[in-house]
Amino acid sequence: MKNAIGREIPEAISGIAAIKPFSGAFAIVPEMTRQAPKVKTIKPADRKLVDSLVEVFKKIPVTDGMTLSFHHHFRNGDGVVNMVLATAAQLGLKNLTVALSSVFPVHAPIIEHVKNGVVTGLDTNYMSGPVAQAVSKGLFSKPVVLRTHGGRGRAIECGQLKIDVAFIAAPAADEYGNLNGVEGPAACGSLGYAFPDAQYADYVVAVTDYLGEYPLSPISISQTRVDYVVKVECVGDPKGIVSGTTRITKDPVGLKIAETAAKVIQATGLIKNGFAFQTGAGGASLATAAFVRKMMEKDSVVGSFALGGITGYMVDMLESGLFKKLIDVQGFDLEAIRSLATNPNHLEVGADFYASPFNAGCAVNQLDVVILGATEMDTDFNVNVVTGSDGVIMGGSGGHADAAAGAKVTIIVANLLRGRLPIIVDKVLTATTPGETIDVLVTERGVAVNPLRADLKEKFLAAGLPVKDIQELKQLAEKIAGAPKAVKTGEKIVAVVEYRDGTIIDVVRQVEG
Amino acid sequence: MASITKTAQAGTLESSDVMITVAPGNQGSGIVIELESIVLAQYGEDIKIILEKTMKEQGVTDIYIKAVDRGALDCTICARTLAALSRAGAVLKEAII
Repeated sequence: MKNAIGREIPEAISGIAAIKPFSGAFAIVPEMTRQAPKVKTIKPADRKLVDSLVEVFKKIPVTDGMTLSFHHHFRNGDGVVNMVLATAAQLGLKNLTVALSSVFPVHAPIIEHVKNGVVTGLDTNYMSGPVAQAVSKGLFSKPVVLRTHGGRGRAIECGQLKIDVAFIAAPAADEYGNLNGVEGPAACGSLGYAFPDAQYADYVVAVTDYLGEYPLSPISISQTRVDYVVKVECVGDPKGIVSGTTRITKDPVGLKIAETAAKVIQATGLIKNGFAFQTGAGGASLATAAFVRKMMEKDSVVGSFALGGITGYMVDMLESGLFKKLIDVQGFDLEAIRSLATNPNHLEVGADFYASPFNAGCAVNQLDVVILGATEMDTDFNVNVVTGSDGVIMGGSGGHADAAAGAKVTIIVANLLRGRLPIIVDKVLTATTPGETIDVLVTERGVAVNPLRADLKEKFLAAGLPVKDIQELKQLAEKIAGAPKAVKTGEKIVAVVEYRDGTIIDVVRQVEG
Repeated sequence: MASITKTAQAGTLESSDVMITVAPGNQGSGIVIELESIVLAQYGEDIKIILEKTMKEQGVTDIYIKAVDRGALDCTICARTLAALSRAGAVLKEAII
């Protein structure tokens, strides 16, 4: 069957529960109640601190077929996932599902656990490195589920992702299970992506290498939801967890795109008091923030909040009075951690608060503008951020589709040609974010506006911006680089791409080799 | 007919460039191309065509070419190939230069 953006979705996919095709960004109205975790009690003298992961596995007990969840704030410095899965393998467990909010190169040992039958399912929002490559080559016998950050929160709340045991990598904990991310050697800042896991899992285990005195404060995840605390030698490598400083690109093409994107934002008329903004940490995205900042300073604009993954640059804007608040679901650098720990206007929120579509309102809905990237975009404005030019998985939505759906104006910044490859194609290999939620594409050679947003096109033309039809931009790129041939993929479905509401927006097929 | 006498190289492994290595082929070996590219799936055939076309225009018949491509445009591939041929001892046709 074809879904609402014309992608062919099989009626049934082995290993995936009832398939609902994507039917429009806001078409699904939920009719269900939230799932409820086990009700607990412990006696006043009971202790939660246990000596080892093996002991925790036996106490719970963890059994074959369970779903173990993890969060990704430790990024490529994470030690907890590998530690827990090694324990599972040591105890001879089989058929586990790993629900890890993002998979990084450091998680390569998962491949061996899959080959040995310890792990048979993977549920994630983003993956890169050896695991992503192995998944693309058909590592798993059932497809991996790729969600959005908000969609994962929704799936947990609605019982579609039922977690048996949540392992929280905790930079700091006390013996009674209060946790935060701003203290200890592995401080990572916000623990937001772990909030739904902690709220809804049947068992919650904190894994830490830093025990503070009871009661720990601030409390990000509280004792009322944490069953066990395990003290280990080291939860992760700080070098892989945070970067020192985030630098703005010096690439002249990137800067040109960023400057144009800032002018686009200005032309929308949204840069005024109360402005709410989200941008990424990389390439042209952060550079756009720098140009927007100049405009805000020039007109003495005080924004309402900046959202998303927080960098030192955003912290500096908060401290300079350019934004009143930061809403932080993940911190990227030491400045973000320091600010979260010390500034009451820097708010730590969960994945559900950030972006879940099925609650009484998430933060992305309050955004004026979001700046996002893309590996490919088609002439219907659908965006791919999952597969690379060779068809191999190299990313995932993360918050892409969530922020795009929520913001008043969603802007994609991308080089028209990346190396030799045109960004605009007739049909993206993998659709991640539907075109109806994308408003503008900004490239170094022109700006394309979604035909659904004639209002914006008018404003951009009036502002003298280089507005071009998306077909015209596509032809311009192909005149320089030639028309690319489509990537050939195999038949086997290696991943399903779930939209934030739980419908299937696309599937990823196996690559050769 | 142009011929080359030694192995030579032109280009870099920077993004949007190509590194071309040419070596004399045995008589009758024809044009042997070995291609690595980050855009092999999308442009592999196009790159081979431009390499062969450049050889034929120069009248080179027996040659081994290795191209390690980092997403170069046709004009870059052509220029790097001509430079490699020239360094390998071929006398290039002026019309092309």
